[in-house]
Amino acid sequence: MTATSTSTASSASSHGAFDDIVGSDSSLRRFLHGLPGVDQVGCEARAAGLATRSIKTTAKAFAIDLAIRMVDLTTLEGQDTHGKVRALASKAMRPDPADPTCPATAAVCVYPDMVATAKQTLGDSGVNVAAVATAFPSGRAAMDIKLADTRDAVEAGADEIDMVIDRGAFLSGRYMDVYEEIAQVKQACGDAHLKVIFETGELQTYDNVRRASWLAMMAGGHFIKTSTGKVQPAATLPVTLIMLEAVRDFREQTGQMVGVKPAGGIKTTKDAIKYLVMVNEIAGPDWLDPDWFRFGASTLLNDLLMQRTKMTTGRYSGPDYFTLD
Amino acid sequence: MSRIDVRKTYKLYIGGQFPRSESGRSYVVNDAKGKLLANAAQASRKDARDAVVAARAAFGGWSGKTAYNRAQVVYRIAEVLEGRREQFEAELRAAEGISPAKARTYVDAAIDRLVWYAGWADKITQVVGNANPVAGPFFNLSTPEPSGVIAVVAPRGALLGLVSVVAPLIITGNTVVVIASEDNPLTAITLGEVMATSDLPGGVVNVLTGSQAEIAPWLASHMDVNGIDLTGVEDAELAVELEVAAADNLKRVRRPAPDTDWLVEPGLDRMTRFLETKTVWHPIGV
Repeated sequence: MTATSTSTASSASSHGAFDDIVGSDSSLRRFLHGLPGVDQVGCEARAAGLATRSIKTTAKAFAIDLAIRMVDLTTLEGQDTHGKVRALASKAMRPDPADPTCPATAAVCVYPDMVATAKQTLGDSGVNVAAVATAFPSGRAAMDIKLADTRDAVEAGADEIDMVIDRGAFLSGRYMDVYEEIAQVKQACGDAHLKVIFETGELQTYDNVRRASWLAMMAGGHFIKTSTGKVQPAATLPVTLIMLEAVRDFREQTGQMVGVKPAGGIKTTKDAIKYLVMVNEIAGPDWLDPDWFRFGASTLLNDLLMQRTKMTTGRYSGPDYFTLD
Repeated sequence: MSRIDVRKTYKLYIGGQFPRSESGRSYVVNDAKGKLLANAAQASRKDARDAVVAARAAFGGWSGKTAYNRAQVVYRIAEVLEGRREQFEAELRAAEGISPAKARTYVDAAIDRLVWYAGWADKITQVVGNANPVAGPFFNLSTPEPSGVIAVVAPRGALLGLVSVVAPLIITGNTVVVIASEDNPLTAITLGEVMATSDLPGGVVNVLTGSQAEIAPWLASHMDVNGIDLTGVEDAELAVELEVAAADNLKRVRRPAPDTDWLVEPGLDRMTRFLETKTVWHPIGV
């Protein structure tokens, strides 16, 4: 698929570059609806084709370590306790206590009220704290509440904010509202990185995923993320492929890189490697880095660790040898 | 016009399904006279891995059933086997070249063995468990619990041998990955069909066919397997290698006994070898 062509001049700042597009509701709509439609069959076939690549031996070992470094170790349950978050943070720093060569994960992802606890445990280990904000997962709250939610998380020490867009506004075509929302939350984030969650399971079409991707990138999101993990289907290969194309095209136009984070439903090493192959083939090797690609997952990490142990010891491991959360 | 033969494809039995080997391989199985009988799937280490995953997934549900319920299920296997006895007699005669009378004896014995073990399900606790006398105001109770996932290298004796090693393990609540006899694997898969249609939950028994020497080491070293029964291992060197590999996670091991006479009543040892004793202290009168 070719890069989308617009009349915008490329510039370092995403804002300046799209001023004439985001200037009014109608120009924004014209731009988003002017994006080329997604060929559903072609996209799914391409994703399925890439998923058949065979990654073995040293390449597999590299992929597993990379995938571990890309994990946002997540716990987003009503039943989360401070104890559980501390345990999760310890696991993020040393996923496999029996093997010091095992890398740490990229971040832990928690609700805003758990940020301080996570931060305290993680200290200066280099593992970030990501917080879901803006009335996660539904995004159904007044704007000032969403902003307060975000500021609260940032003040508590969150390095990254995962916001949800207002899917209702998006689906009813009020793109400007969504744009404004993302821009305002970004302002509230300050220095913290902003990940924009689309909840692709609720966006209905692949075209909408492409539109949402461009909308979020133009509004200044550092990462675009598929799902909350609370809605099925969560992350899928075709949806991630469309988002990877979007970030690739966005960089071609603006020179600016945006990260991608599939979240939810990625449970096995096999799945993770399929995603990594796609990142390499669609977006390019520049994105094969925890700064530009993340997995939102919890059970995935244990499977990665089991596969890693299998590769280092030569015998199959079992779930008994790794912590549950 | 003559009718076209409908030949059976012998596949593996994993997690209640009958998949082909992940490796796509098969091997030739001959009858007693050296004539082609059929092709059997040749399982790889990845099939063994999948089988362990299936067995582990089935363990919670199966070990959580009441002993009485497990007995009903194993008795049901006997019932279904009884209904298909002619097929099994014919298969045994073809595979092992034995007389009709001998085949009937083996099928009878296999069915009786299942019924015999079914009866033990809710009695084994009384026999090997105990209320222990202790010097203090406590009830002290020891009860046997299943070990978990057990890998089994089945002996020759396509039906009776297989039933005799599998039944004692599942009746106590373990789940099983069994490598069928390399020379006589077909009856094991037919027995899989019987188990699949007799209320035995998928994954409780998983049957692999193929090379013992290829698959068994992966099961012996697998950290998620809790015990290994080497009954059918005939190669002494392989047996040692398997025992060494099994030591890594302290698996319970049953040593090779390929020459066992399966027609003799087996005793309790095959059940008790793969049980763990749990002892509970409970205060009295407080």
